[in-house]
Amino acid sequence: MSKSKIHWYKYAAPVNFYPLAGKIIPFFTGLTIILFAIGLYMSFFVAPVDFQQGHSYRIIFIHVPAAWMGMFLYVLLAIYAGIGWAFNARLASMMAKAIAPTGAIFTFISLVTGSLWGKPAWGVYWVWDARMTSTLILMFLYIGFISLQSSIDDTRRADRAGAVLALVGVINVPIIYFSVQWWNTLHQGATLTARSFKMAPSMLSAMFVLMGACWMYAIAIVLARVRLIIKERERDAPWLVEEVAA
Amino acid sequence: MFAWVVWRDLILAWRRRTDVLATFFFFIIVVSLFPLGVGPEPQLLRTIAPGVVWVAALLASMLALGRTFGNDYQDGTLEQLLLTPQPLFLIVLAKVLAQWIVSELPLVLVAPVLGMQFGLSQNTLWIMTLSLLLGTPVLSLIGSIGAALTLGLRAANVLVALLVLPLYIPVLIFGAGAIESTVNGLEPQAYLLLLGATLVLALAFAPWATSAALRISVE
Repeated sequence: MSKSKIHWYKYAAPVNFYPLAGKIIPFFTGLTIILFAIGLYMSFFVAPVDFQQGHSYRIIFIHVPAAWMGMFLYVLLAIYAGIGWAFNARLASMMAKAIAPTGAIFTFISLVTGSLWGKPAWGVYWVWDARMTSTLILMFLYIGFISLQSSIDDTRRADRAGAVLALVGVINVPIIYFSVQWWNTLHQGATLTARSFKMAPSMLSAMFVLMGACWMYAIAIVLARVRLIIKERERDAPWLVEEVAA
Repeated sequence: MFAWVVWRDLILAWRRRTDVLATFFFFIIVVSLFPLGVGPEPQLLRTIAPGVVWVAALLASMLALGRTFGNDYQDGTLEQLLLTPQPLFLIVLAKVLAQWIVSELPLVLVAPVLGMQFGLSQNTLWIMTLSLLLGTPVLSLIGSIGAALTLGLRAANVLVALLVLPLYIPVLIFGAGAIESTVNGLEPQAYLLLLGATLVLALAFAPWATSAALRISVE
């Protein structure tokens, strides 16, 4: 097997990727629905009640996957943007652009659910905990990326400027994270970081199923958005006219 | 070449003194507004002073960012600079240095006076000046990336704030932390070392990113 049967680079061209994405979106959408159904069922009916926090702990089933996705998608965005910039690959830049809103939404969800969980657990909606603060800053980075891209009319420049910003942001993420952590610990010591409760296996598996669901959702929605971006940018290409007409 | 760019930018800035003075007075006014807002209680003022001085410095330096490349972009000088055989890294570094001398150095120098208004001790004033001296170049360096990315865009000023302020956060934390630890009678050394480290990192990477951004913006 020296040669793979599928020629992967072929799908780096929008003309080949557009129909492929159209074909696989329903598959991922289906997986999203199934996994969400299983995960939500497990998290509401199978996972036991936490003896300390009661039912309110169930927020973490959506909170933790959302927070993971928020962070991970930013890295993914930077990788795509970097590839798009370095190799002049249009599709990679489009992917970066398509990922940004989804990442921002996940980050937002993790902030909102986190503060909703904080109220019963800590008694306040918001504390300047290192993790919360750095998630908030991550949200700002997403907003910066989106607004920079949308305020540049020339798509080529928008993609590249976005790539520079995303890469600078990625270098900064660890610095910001540690600075916030030191800031927090040096200031007031550990106050409310008691998140180390042991998890029952059923809780853990529910969380992982929902994690998968979030992944599938992200893939499906990003592909759908990429298709729209392709449509918008290549609207004059003959193949697209044919494709849409067909 | 390096010295020439610095010298040229300094002369240009001197001919537009009002722009520079505006940033300077903006800093002074913002810092002076806080006691009016929160009340003249000395203990409280001493507590908030580090944060106030640093946040004001952040905002003031952000105001000045547009000038780093803006005028040169408009009259075409920037394009000529991009075409020169000299490494763009050096030219960017020179422009950032000039920008720092023009709009940040005055802030550093006036900060101790403002610190006195907040009732800081002499030792704290020294540390404050030192932290600003180490931290403000980082602001100029990081800011130059944002300024280069938003060259010639609609609403560039607001956009720059959105892009650059989150990246300023480590500097704010370390800088304000250094002052605050001396206010509380602790050693500021750790914070100052961290500030120095960010400065070194920014010196190495920021001009490079700015050059890339300039080439993208001026195509």
